Amino acid sequence: MDTNPLALDILFSLGPVPISRAVVTTWVIMALLTSVSWLGARRAQVHAGALQTVLEIVVETLEKQIREIIRRDPWPYLPLLGTLFIFLVVANLSAVIPGAKPPTGHIETPAALAGIVFLSVHFFGIRSLGTGDYLKRYIKPNPILLPLNVLSELTRTFSLMIRLFGNMMSHEFVLAIVVFLAGLLLPIPFMLLGIMIGIIQAYIFTVLAAVFIGAAVGGEAE
Amino acid sequence: MELNVQMLSIIGAAVAVSFGAIGPALGEGRAIAAAMDAIARQPEAAGTLSRTLFVGLAMIETMAIYCLVVALLLLYANPFAG
Repeated sequence: MDTNPLALDILFSLGPVPISRAVVTTWVIMALLTSVSWLGARRAQVHAGALQTVLEIVVETLEKQIREIIRRDPWPYLPLLGTLFIFLVVANLSAVIPGAKPPTGHIETPAALAGIVFLSVHFFGIRSLGTGDYLKRYIKPNPILLPLNVLSELTRTFSLMIRLFGNMMSHEFVLAIVVFLAGLLLPIPFMLLGIMIGIIQAYIFTVLAAVFIGAAVGGEAE
Repeated sequence: MELNVQMLSIIGAAVAVSFGAIGPALGEGRAIAAAMDAIARQPEAAGTLSRTLFVGLAMIETMAIYCLVVALLLLYANPFAG
C-alpha cells in the first residue's frame, strides 16, 4: 500500500531510455489491436467472414453513435475517436488479466491521450472553419471573455486527463485496500465494478472528445 | 503531540476528499433523479437523455476529482514536506 501512484514503474532500460510497465502494456495492446484489424481486413470481401463481420459491426456502431453526438458526417473524425474508444476499453480492461496493470492508471497515458485530443480539436476546428473564423470564436460573444475561453480550453483538457487517471488509479487503490482487509471472495464484486468503471470511463472520454470536436468544428451541417 | 507537516498533510487530504465529495454526490443524485423522471415521461428519448446525462455527470464529477488531485498532491508530491 506504500506505492506512489505518481511514480514511474520501471521494468527495464533500453540503452539510456527507461521503459515503464505502462509503455510495455500499451505496446502489447497496440500490437494486438493492429494484428486483429489486419487479419480481419486483409482480404475484405462482400460476403464477409466471421472476423470481418465483427469488425464491421464495431465500426458501424461507433459511426452511428458519433454521428448522433456531433450531428454531422462522422467519417473524418471516426479514425481518431473510434481508435481512442477501442484502445481505452482494452486498456482499462487489461486489469482483468492477472499480472497486467491498466496503463491508464498511471498519469502519463491519460496525459498523452488528452494532449492528442487537445491538439486534434484545434486541428479539426481550423480545418473546418479556417484560421481566422476559428480564432474569432474565442472573442465571441464578447472580447472580455477571451481569458475565460482560453482558460476553459486548458481546464477541460486537464480534467479529461485527471478524470481517467483518477478513476482508474483510485479503483486500483480500492482493490488493494479490500484485499488487505478481507481475503478471498470479497474483492470479486469490486473487480466486477472495475469492469463497469473501465468501460464507462472509456465511453465518457470518447464522448467528451467527440463533444469538444463537434463544438470546435461548429456551424450547422447536413 | 507535535503536529508536523506530514500529519497535517494527511489530515488535509482526508478533509479534502471527504468534504469535496459531498457537493458532487448531491449534484449527481439530483441529475440522475431528473433524468429518471424524464425517461419515465418520454421513454423514446432515452438514448439522447442518457448520453447527455453521462456527459453531465462527468462534468459534475470533475469537482470531486479535483479534490482527489489535491489529496494526491498532499500525500505524494507535497512541496512542503522536505
